[in-house]
Amino acid sequence: MKYIEPHAHMVSRTTDDYEKLALAGCEALCEPAFWAGFDRSSADGFYDYFRQLTEYEPKRAAKFGIKHFSWLCINPKEADDPGFAREVMSLIPQFLDCPSVLGIGEIGLNKNTRNELTIFEEHVQLAVDRDLPILIHTPHLEDKLKGTRLILDSLASFSKLDRAKVIIDHVEEHTVGLVLDSGYWAGMTLYPESKCTPNRAIDMLEIYGSERLWMNSACDWGVSDPLAVPKCALEMKKRKHSAAEIERIIYQNPRDFLSQSPRFQL
Amino acid sequence: MPSKQDILDLQFIDARHKLIDLAAFLDRIDRHPGADDHRFAALKSAIPLLLAERPDRAKAVLEAFSDHSVHLPQSAAFQGATGAALPQE
Repeated sequence: MKYIEPHAHMVSRTTDDYEKLALAGCEALCEPAFWAGFDRSSADGFYDYFRQLTEYEPKRAAKFGIKHFSWLCINPKEADDPGFAREVMSLIPQFLDCPSVLGIGEIGLNKNTRNELTIFEEHVQLAVDRDLPILIHTPHLEDKLKGTRLILDSLASFSKLDRAKVIIDHVEEHTVGLVLDSGYWAGMTLYPESKCTPNRAIDMLEIYGSERLWMNSACDWGVSDPLAVPKCALEMKKRKHSAAEIERIIYQNPRDFLSQSPRFQL
Repeated sequence: MPSKQDILDLQFIDARHKLIDLAAFLDRIDRHPGADDHRFAALKSAIPLLLAERPDRAKAVLEAFSDHSVHLPQSAAFQGATGAALPQE
Protein backbone atom coordinates (compact mmCIF):
# COMPACT_ATOMS: atom_id res chain seq x y z
CA MET A 1 0.00 0.00 0.00
CA LYS A 2 1.47 3.35 -1.02
CA TYR A 3 0.43 6.56 0.66
CA ILE A 4 1.38 10.19 1.20
CA GLU A 5 1.76 11.67 4.68
CA PRO A 6 0.73 15.27 3.99
CA HIS A 7 1.42 16.71 7.44
CA ALA A 8 4.24 15.48 9.67
CA HIS A 9 6.71 17.30 11.90
CA MET A 10 9.71 15.10 11.33
CA VAL A 11 12.17 17.43 13.06
CA SER A 12 10.58 16.05 16.25
CA ARG A 13 10.82 12.40 15.22
CA THR A 14 13.59 9.86 15.22
CA THR A 15 15.26 8.31 12.21
CA ASP A 16 13.58 5.05 13.23
CA ASP A 17 10.27 6.73 12.46
CA TYR A 18 11.41 7.37 8.89
CA GLU A 19 12.09 3.66 8.59
CA LYS A 20 8.63 2.80 9.94
CA LEU A 21 7.01 5.23 7.51
CA ALA A 22 8.94 3.72 4.60
CA LEU A 23 8.01 0.18 5.63
CA ALA A 24 4.35 1.22 5.80
CA GLY A 25 4.44 2.48 2.21
CA CYS A 26 4.98 6.22 2.65
CA GLU A 27 6.26 7.66 -0.64
CA ALA A 28 6.31 11.33 0.31
CA LEU A 29 5.69 13.51 3.30
CA CYS A 30 5.15 17.20 3.85
CA GLU A 31 6.36 19.16 6.84
CA PRO A 32 4.74 22.49 7.70
CA ALA A 33 6.64 24.94 9.89
CA PHE A 34 5.24 24.87 13.42
CA TRP A 35 5.76 25.54 17.10
CA ALA A 36 8.70 23.66 18.60
CA GLY A 37 7.01 23.16 21.98
CA PHE A 38 8.63 26.31 23.28
CA ASP A 39 8.92 29.89 22.07
CA ARG A 40 12.11 30.66 20.16
CA SER A 41 14.03 33.61 21.54
CA SER A 42 15.08 35.18 18.25
CA ALA A 43 14.44 35.19 14.53
CA ASP A 44 17.79 33.44 14.17
CA GLY A 45 16.18 30.36 15.69
CA PHE A 46 13.70 30.35 12.81
CA TYR A 47 16.45 30.82 10.26
CA ASP A 48 18.09 27.64 11.53
CA TYR A 49 14.70 25.89 11.59
CA PHE A 50 13.96 26.84 7.96
CA ARG A 51 17.39 25.49 6.98
CA GLN A 52 16.58 22.27 8.84
CA LEU A 53 13.29 21.97 6.95
CA THR A 54 14.73 22.74 3.52
CA GLU A 55 18.20 21.19 3.68
CA TYR A 56 18.53 18.58 6.40
CA GLU A 57 15.17 16.79 6.56
CA PRO A 58 14.96 16.12 2.79
CA LYS A 59 18.31 14.32 3.05
CA ARG A 60 17.25 12.34 6.11
CA ALA A 61 14.02 11.27 4.38
CA ALA A 62 15.82 10.38 1.15
CA LYS A 63 17.86 7.73 2.98
CA PHE A 64 14.59 5.81 3.30
CA GLY A 65 13.32 6.53 -0.21
CA ILE A 66 10.83 9.12 1.01
CA LYS A 67 10.46 12.49 -0.69
CA HIS A 68 10.32 15.35 1.80
CA PHE A 69 8.57 18.67 1.12
CA SER A 70 8.01 21.64 3.42
CA TRP A 71 5.79 24.67 4.04
CA LEU A 72 7.15 27.84 5.62
CA CYS A 73 5.73 30.47 7.98
CA ILE A 74 5.80 31.62 11.56
CA ASN A 75 3.24 29.45 13.35
CA PRO A 76 0.25 31.13 15.01
CA LYS A 77 1.38 30.31 18.53
CA GLU A 78 4.48 32.48 18.09
CA ALA A 79 2.71 35.06 15.92
CA ASP A 80 1.00 36.94 18.75
CA ASP A 81 3.88 39.45 18.81
CA PRO A 82 3.54 41.17 15.41
CA GLY A 83 6.98 42.80 15.52
CA PHE A 84 8.70 39.49 16.14
CA ALA A 85 6.47 37.72 13.62
CA ARG A 86 7.33 40.20 10.89
CA GLU A 87 11.03 39.79 11.63
CA VAL A 88 10.64 36.05 11.07
CA MET A 89 8.47 36.57 8.00
CA SER A 90 11.20 38.68 6.43
CA LEU A 91 13.36 35.53 6.34
CA ILE A 92 10.83 33.48 4.41
CA PRO A 93 11.28 34.84 0.83
CA GLN A 94 14.91 33.70 0.65
CA PHE A 95 13.73 30.11 1.28
CA LEU A 96 10.74 30.11 -1.06
CA ASP A 97 12.91 29.20 -4.04
CA CYS A 98 14.21 26.03 -2.38
CA PRO A 99 13.25 23.04 -4.55
CA SER A 100 11.24 21.27 -1.82
CA VAL A 101 9.20 24.23 -0.52
CA LEU A 102 5.55 23.94 -1.54
CA GLY A 103 3.91 26.99 -0.03
CA ILE A 104 2.96 28.93 3.08
CA GLY A 105 1.95 27.00 6.21
CA GLU A 106 0.89 26.06 8.70
CA ILE A 107 -0.46 29.52 9.32
CA GLY A 108 -3.69 30.13 11.19
CA LEU A 109 -4.87 31.03 14.65
CA ASN A 110 -4.13 29.75 18.15
CA LYS A 111 -6.06 31.82 20.72
CA ASN A 112 -8.04 33.82 18.18
CA THR A 113 -6.43 37.20 18.87
CA ARG A 114 -6.29 40.30 16.70
CA ASN A 115 -2.50 40.02 16.55
CA GLU A 116 -2.66 36.43 15.29
CA LEU A 117 -5.28 37.41 12.72
CA THR A 118 -3.12 40.28 11.43
CA ILE A 119 -0.12 38.01 10.90
CA PHE A 120 -2.34 35.32 9.38
CA GLU A 121 -3.59 37.79 6.79
CA GLU A 122 -0.07 39.00 6.00
CA HIS A 123 0.92 35.39 5.32
CA VAL A 124 -2.12 34.88 3.07
CA GLN A 125 -1.17 38.00 1.12
CA LEU A 126 2.38 36.68 0.71
CA ALA A 127 0.99 33.44 -0.71
CA VAL A 128 -1.49 35.21 -2.99
CA ASP A 129 1.23 37.52 -4.31
CA ARG A 130 3.38 34.51 -5.23
CA ASP A 131 0.53 32.20 -6.25
CA LEU A 132 1.50 29.63 -3.62
CA PRO A 133 -0.69 26.98 -1.96
CA ILE A 134 -1.62 27.60 1.68
CA LEU A 135 -1.86 25.14 4.57
CA ILE A 136 -3.92 26.45 7.50
CA HIS A 137 -3.88 25.28 11.11
CA THR A 138 -7.12 25.65 13.04
CA PRO A 139 -6.96 26.17 16.81
CA HIS A 140 -7.07 23.48 19.43
CA LEU A 141 -10.04 22.17 21.39
CA GLU A 142 -12.48 24.85 22.58
CA ASP A 143 -10.92 27.49 20.32
CA LYS A 144 -11.36 25.55 17.06
CA LEU A 145 -14.92 26.52 16.13
CA LYS A 146 -14.44 30.26 16.71
CA GLY A 147 -11.03 30.19 15.03
CA THR A 148 -12.30 28.32 11.99
CA ARG A 149 -15.09 30.86 11.52
CA LEU A 150 -12.62 33.74 11.86
CA ILE A 151 -10.29 32.14 9.32
CA LEU A 152 -13.11 31.59 6.83
CA ASP A 153 -14.34 35.18 7.25
CA SER A 154 -10.81 36.48 6.74
CA LEU A 155 -10.12 34.35 3.65
CA ALA A 156 -13.35 35.58 2.09
CA SER A 157 -11.87 39.08 1.97
CA PHE A 158 -9.07 37.97 -0.40
CA SER A 159 -10.68 38.38 -3.80
CA LYS A 160 -7.69 36.92 -5.69
CA LEU A 161 -7.41 33.81 -3.51
CA ASP A 162 -7.88 30.49 -5.33
CA ARG A 163 -9.80 28.41 -2.80
CA ALA A 164 -8.73 25.19 -4.49
CA LYS A 165 -5.16 25.97 -3.40
CA VAL A 166 -6.02 26.26 0.29
CA ILE A 167 -6.29 23.39 2.76
CA ILE A 168 -7.73 24.04 6.21
CA ASP A 169 -6.40 21.40 8.54
CA HIS A 170 -7.43 19.71 11.80
CA VAL A 171 -11.15 19.78 11.00
CA GLU A 172 -13.55 17.88 13.25
CA GLU A 173 -17.26 17.18 13.07
CA HIS A 174 -18.21 20.75 14.00
CA THR A 175 -15.95 22.42 11.41
CA VAL A 176 -15.61 20.06 8.44
CA GLY A 177 -18.88 21.17 6.85
CA LEU A 178 -18.01 24.86 7.24
CA VAL A 179 -14.71 24.34 5.43
CA LEU A 180 -15.97 22.13 2.60
CA ASP A 181 -19.07 24.25 1.99
CA SER A 182 -16.79 27.28 1.55
CA GLY A 183 -14.90 25.53 -1.26
CA TYR A 184 -11.63 24.78 0.51
CA TRP A 185 -9.85 21.49 1.04
CA ALA A 186 -10.09 20.03 4.55
CA GLY A 187 -7.53 17.97 6.48
CA MET A 188 -8.39 15.49 9.21
CA THR A 189 -5.65 14.95 11.78
CA LEU A 190 -5.49 11.57 13.49
CA TYR A 191 -4.36 11.99 17.09
CA PRO A 192 -4.58 9.51 19.95
CA GLU A 193 -5.99 12.04 22.46
CA SER A 194 -7.33 15.03 20.58
CA LYS A 195 -8.52 16.02 17.13
CA CYS A 196 -9.80 12.88 15.27
CA THR A 197 -9.69 9.18 15.90
CA PRO A 198 -9.51 6.99 12.81
CA ASN A 199 -13.14 5.95 13.21
CA ARG A 200 -14.36 9.55 13.49
CA ALA A 201 -12.37 10.48 10.39
CA ILE A 202 -13.97 7.58 8.52
CA ASP A 203 -17.40 8.73 9.74
CA MET A 204 -16.73 12.14 8.19
CA LEU A 205 -15.65 10.50 4.94
CA GLU A 206 -18.87 8.49 4.88
CA ILE A 207 -21.00 11.57 5.58
CA TYR A 208 -19.23 14.20 3.45
CA GLY A 209 -17.63 12.04 0.74
CA SER A 210 -13.95 12.00 -0.12
CA GLU A 211 -13.80 15.04 -2.38
CA ARG A 212 -11.33 17.69 -1.13
CA LEU A 213 -10.44 15.72 2.01
CA TRP A 214 -7.18 14.23 3.21
CA MET A 215 -5.98 12.71 6.44
CA ASN A 216 -2.67 13.09 8.23
CA SER A 217 -0.86 12.11 11.40
CA ALA A 218 0.62 15.56 12.17
CA CYS A 219 3.12 13.56 14.22
CA ASP A 220 5.28 15.85 16.32
CA TRP A 221 6.88 16.06 19.76
CA GLY A 222 3.55 15.47 21.52
CA VAL A 223 1.30 12.44 21.87
CA SER A 224 1.00 11.40 18.23
CA ASP A 225 1.53 8.43 15.94
CA PRO A 226 3.54 8.66 12.71
CA LEU A 227 1.71 5.57 11.43
CA ALA A 228 -1.76 6.99 12.04
CA VAL A 229 -2.59 7.22 8.32
CA PRO A 230 -1.89 3.55 7.42
CA LYS A 231 -3.64 2.50 10.65
CA CYS A 232 -6.70 4.49 9.57
CA ALA A 233 -6.50 2.82 6.17
CA LEU A 234 -6.70 -0.52 7.98
CA GLU A 235 -9.80 0.67 9.86
CA MET A 236 -11.33 1.68 6.52
CA LYS A 237 -10.72 -1.82 5.24
CA LYS A 238 -12.40 -3.28 8.35
CA ARG A 239 -15.38 -1.03 7.62
CA LYS A 240 -15.59 -2.41 4.08
CA HIS A 241 -14.24 0.58 2.19
CA SER A 242 -12.83 -0.58 -1.13
CA ALA A 243 -9.16 -0.51 -2.02
CA ALA A 244 -9.90 2.26 -4.51
CA GLU A 245 -11.64 4.36 -1.86
CA ILE A 246 -8.73 3.91 0.50
CA GLU A 247 -6.17 4.79 -2.15
CA ARG A 248 -8.10 7.91 -3.06
CA ILE A 249 -8.01 9.33 0.46
CA ILE A 250 -4.46 8.37 1.44
CA TYR A 251 -2.71 8.83 -1.91
CA GLN A 252 -4.70 10.36 -4.76
CA ASN A 253 -6.27 13.26 -2.86
CA PRO A 254 -3.07 14.53 -1.27
CA ARG A 255 -1.28 14.10 -4.59
CA ASP A 256 -3.99 16.10 -6.38
CA PHE A 257 -3.82 18.97 -3.91
CA LEU A 258 -0.06 19.03 -3.51
CA SER A 259 0.55 18.79 -7.26
CA GLN A 260 -0.79 22.33 -7.52
CA SER A 261 2.78 23.16 -6.61
CA PRO A 262 4.99 22.30 -9.60
CA ARG A 263 7.66 21.24 -7.10
CA PHE A 264 5.60 18.29 -5.87
CA GLN A 265 7.02 15.58 -8.10
CA LEU A 266 6.93 11.92 -7.02
CA MET B 1 -21.49 -0.32 3.73
CA PRO B 2 -21.33 -2.47 6.87
CA SER B 3 -24.57 -3.19 8.76
CA LYS B 4 -25.35 -2.16 12.33
CA GLN B 5 -24.47 -5.70 13.32
CA ASP B 6 -21.09 -5.42 11.61
CA ILE B 7 -20.31 -2.16 13.43
CA LEU B 8 -21.40 -3.65 16.75
CA ASP B 9 -19.17 -6.66 16.15
CA LEU B 10 -16.26 -4.41 15.33
CA GLN B 11 -16.61 -1.69 17.94
CA PHE B 12 -19.01 -2.54 20.79
CA ILE B 13 -16.30 -3.70 23.19
CA ASP B 14 -14.27 -0.56 22.52
CA ALA B 15 -17.32 1.71 23.07
CA ARG B 16 -18.23 -0.20 26.25
CA HIS B 17 -14.67 0.22 27.50
CA LYS B 18 -14.75 3.98 26.86
CA LEU B 19 -18.12 4.42 28.58
CA ILE B 20 -16.97 2.57 31.69
CA ASP B 21 -13.78 4.62 31.72
CA LEU B 22 -15.85 7.82 31.59
CA ALA B 23 -18.06 6.58 34.44
CA ALA B 24 -14.96 5.79 36.49
CA PHE B 25 -13.57 9.27 35.76
CA LEU B 26 -16.75 10.86 37.12
CA ASP B 27 -16.51 8.67 40.24
CA ARG B 28 -12.82 9.56 40.63
CA ILE B 29 -13.44 13.29 40.52
CA ASP B 30 -16.26 12.95 43.07
CA ARG B 31 -14.08 10.86 45.38
CA HIS B 32 -11.10 13.18 45.45
CA PRO B 33 -10.86 16.33 47.58
CA GLY B 34 -10.92 19.92 46.41
CA ALA B 35 -12.98 21.85 43.94
CA ASP B 36 -13.57 20.90 40.33
CA ASP B 37 -13.63 23.54 37.60
CA HIS B 38 -15.33 24.62 34.38
CA ARG B 39 -14.02 21.58 32.52
CA PHE B 40 -15.90 19.14 34.74
CA ALA B 41 -19.07 21.21 34.52
CA ALA B 42 -18.75 21.28 30.72
CA LEU B 43 -18.26 17.52 30.63
CA LYS B 44 -21.36 16.86 32.71
CA SER B 45 -23.37 19.29 30.60
CA ALA B 46 -22.38 17.46 27.42
CA ILE B 47 -23.20 13.94 28.62
CA PRO B 48 -26.99 14.21 28.07
CA LEU B 49 -26.25 14.91 24.39
CA LEU B 50 -25.22 11.27 24.05
CA LEU B 51 -28.82 10.18 24.51
CA ALA B 52 -30.33 12.81 22.24
CA GLU B 53 -32.18 11.41 19.22
CA ARG B 54 -30.11 13.20 16.58
CA PRO B 55 -27.65 12.10 13.88
CA ASP B 56 -24.84 14.50 14.88
CA ARG B 57 -24.08 13.83 18.54
CA ALA B 58 -20.31 14.14 18.08
CA LYS B 59 -20.75 17.57 16.49
CA ALA B 60 -23.09 18.61 19.31
CA VAL B 61 -20.60 17.56 21.98
CA LEU B 62 -17.79 19.45 20.24
CA GLU B 63 -19.99 22.54 20.02
CA ALA B 64 -20.87 22.21 23.71
CA PHE B 65 -17.17 22.43 24.61
CA SER B 66 -16.52 25.33 22.20
CA ASP B 67 -15.93 28.99 22.89
CA HIS B 68 -18.92 30.85 21.46
CA SER B 69 -17.74 34.32 22.43
CA VAL B 70 -17.41 36.98 19.75
CA HIS B 71 -14.84 39.20 21.45
CA LEU B 72 -11.33 39.24 19.94
CA PRO B 73 -8.59 40.11 22.42
CA GLN B 74 -5.59 42.01 21.09
CA SER B 75 -3.24 39.33 22.42
CA ALA B 76 -3.53 36.04 24.28
CA ALA B 77 -3.50 35.82 28.07
CA PHE B 78 -2.08 32.29 27.75
CA GLN B 79 -1.09 30.01 24.87
CA GLY B 80 -2.80 26.69 25.53
CA ALA B 81 -6.33 25.31 25.51
CA THR B 82 -8.11 23.56 28.38
CA GLY B 83 -10.65 21.57 26.36
CA ALA B 84 -13.70 23.51 27.51
CA ALA B 85 -14.53 27.17 27.10
CA LEU B 86 -14.07 29.37 30.13
CA PRO B 87 -17.36 30.65 31.54
CA GLN B 88 -18.34 34.00 30.05
CA GLU B 89 -17.80 36.92 32.44
